[in-house]
Amino acid sequence: MSSPLSREDVAHVARLARLTLTEDELALFTDQLGGILEHANDMSSLDLSDLAPTAHPFGLINVFRDDVVKPSLDRDGVLNEAPDAREGRFAVPRILGEAP
Amino acid sequence: MKSAVEIAKDVQSGATTASAELAKAYDAIRARNEELNVFLHLDVEGAEKIAADVDARVARGENVGPLAGVPIAIKDNLCQIGIPTTCSSKILDGWKPPYNATVIDRLVAAGAVPVGKTNLDEFAMGSSTENSAFGPTRNPLDPSRVPGGSSGGSAAAVAADMTPLSLGSDTGGSIRQPAALCGLVGMKPTYGLVSRYGLIAFASSLDQIGPFSKTVLDSAVLLETIAGYDPMDSTSLNEPAPSLSAHVNDGVAGKRIGLVKELYEGADESVVASVMAACEALKAAGATIVELSIPELQLGLSAYYLIAPAEASSNLARFDGVRFGLRVDADDVTAMMEATRTAGFGAEVKRRIMLGTYALSAGYFDAYYGQALKVRTLLINAFKKAYEQADLLIGATTPSVAFKFGEKTDNPMTMYLNDVFTIPTNLAGDPALSVPFGTGEENLPIGIQLLGPGRSEAQLFAAARALESADGR
Repeated sequence: MSSPLSREDVAHVARLARLTLTEDELALFTDQLGGILEHANDMSSLDLSDLAPTAHPFGLINVFRDDVVKPSLDRDGVLNEAPDAREGRFAVPRILGEAP
Repeated sequence: MKSAVEIAKDVQSGATTASAELAKAYDAIRARNEELNVFLHLDVEGAEKIAADVDARVARGENVGPLAGVPIAIKDNLCQIGIPTTCSSKILDGWKPPYNATVIDRLVAAGAVPVGKTNLDEFAMGSSTENSAFGPTRNPLDPSRVPGGSSGGSAAAVAADMTPLSLGSDTGGSIRQPAALCGLVGMKPTYGLVSRYGLIAFASSLDQIGPFSKTVLDSAVLLETIAGYDPMDSTSLNEPAPSLSAHVNDGVAGKRIGLVKELYEGADESVVASVMAACEALKAAGATIVELSIPELQLGLSAYYLIAPAEASSNLARFDGVRFGLRVDADDVTAMMEATRTAGFGAEVKRRIMLGTYALSAGYFDAYYGQALKVRTLLINAFKKAYEQADLLIGATTPSVAFKFGEKTDNPMTMYLNDVFTIPTNLAGDPALSVPFGTGEENLPIGIQLLGPGRSEAQLFAAARALESADGR
C-alpha cells in the first residue's frame, strides 16, 4: 500500500513545526505517520456533511469576565526562570538578519 | 496501609500527626523509589512546613479539612511554586513555576500535604511511562511490567503504598489505564469539573485532572476537594461543585447499566470474564444489565489521534527556548528555536507534533482535523442515545493486564490501541472511572470501566462502590 504522505511532506511539516530531523528520523516518521493516517481512513470515507464539528464537548462559547485590574505574576519571578533575560525583558538572539 | 479518610480522621482527632504521616510516606518512598522510579522530585522541606502547619491548626482546635495531614503525590505536569516541573521532558530542564495550579491550592486548603512530583510519559503522551526523558516507572506489583501511562508515576506511588492519594491527568485514558494496570481506583471527571489552571496543556479540549486512590470513598473525597468553578480556567463549569462522598453508598438498585460490546470485544479472555462477573455483581446488587452496541465508538481512536496531536502541536509551540527551561544557542532566533525544540523533545512528542501540524496544514485540514471534529459530534450523539437506554455504561478499561517493558514500543499504533476503550469518553467530555475487579495473568489486577453522562460522578462512585463491596473490600 502506498503511504498517504511522502518524505517531502514530512520534511515540509518538520520545517513548519521547527524540528530538525535526521535522514533516519525522516524515513521512520514517513512510515509511522503514514500508518497512523491509514488507520484514520475508517473516518475519511464517512459522509458527515450534515454534522456540525465539535470543538468543546458542551458547546461553551464566549466566556466573559469583568475588566478589573488585578496583580499579575511577579515580573522578576517569571524572568528568573527564562534562559536569558535583560532589562526586564526576555532576551533572544538577533531576529533581523538577511532575508530568508 | 490506612486510607486517606482514616488518616484525616486520626490527624484531626490527634491520634496521629500530619508530620508523623509525612515521615512514614517519605520512608516508604525512600525504600522503593530507586527501584521503581516513581518520583522525579521530592519537596521534603516544603512538605514538612505544610504538615507542621496542619498540626498547629489541629492543636489550636481548628477543623483542618477533609484531607487533614494526608500525603499526596502530584503528577509532574502540574505547577507548584518553586518546585521543578518537567512534564518528564528535557525541554523544561531547570524550570520552576512561578505559580500554583488551582488544584494544589485547593489540596493544601483541605489539609493535604503534597510530597513531590511523579514521573509520566513526556507531556502526558503515552500509555506506559516509557516515553519519559527520565526513564520509565516500574509497576510496583511486578517491576518487570509497565505501570501504564501517562500518569504511571502517580499510579505507582499509591500502588506501592508511598502515599494513599495522588493526582493525575487524563486526556485519552491517562488516569484510568494506569489505575487498571496498578489495581487502583482512577477517575476522569466531567470536562470542566476540575480547573485546568496550572496543568501544562497537552490537548486542551480533552485534558482533565483527576484522582488515584485505593478506595472508592477516597477517590470521591479527593475529587470533591479539587472540583469546582475557577475563574482562572474559562472552560471550568460555572456551577456549584457536586457532593460526591455522601453518595458513595447509594447503591445501584433500580439502575440500568449498559454493557457495551465495543468496550470489551477484542480484550483478553480474563478481562472479558471480569467484565461479565462485574455485571453479575451489579445485577445481584439490584441493577438491570442492558446489552448495547455503539458501533460509532470504534471511530474514537482515529478521531483522537488527529484531534489530540493537532491541539498538542499548537500547545507545544510555546516551548521555543525563549521563556522556559532549555535553550540551545544558535546564531539567530529561528535557528535557536529549532535547535532547542530538536534537542528538547523526545521521539513520541515529535511524532505527535508532526502529526498534528500535518493534520492542521493547508490542504489537509478538512480531510483530517475537520472530519475528526465531526466524528466527535457523531460520538456525542451516539452516547446520548445510549444514555436514553441506560443510566451508566460498563466495559473494560484496558484490553489486557499490565504488559512488559518494550512490548509495545516498536510500532506507535500498537501502543495507541491500548487506549481504545478509554478514548471515547474524553471526546464526549463525559466522566468515567476504573475500579479493580478480578485478576488475570500472573494474578495481575483487571480494571472495570464505568462510564456515565456529564455530571454523573456521584452515580459512578456509587456503582464502583457496589463492585468494591461485592469483592469483599
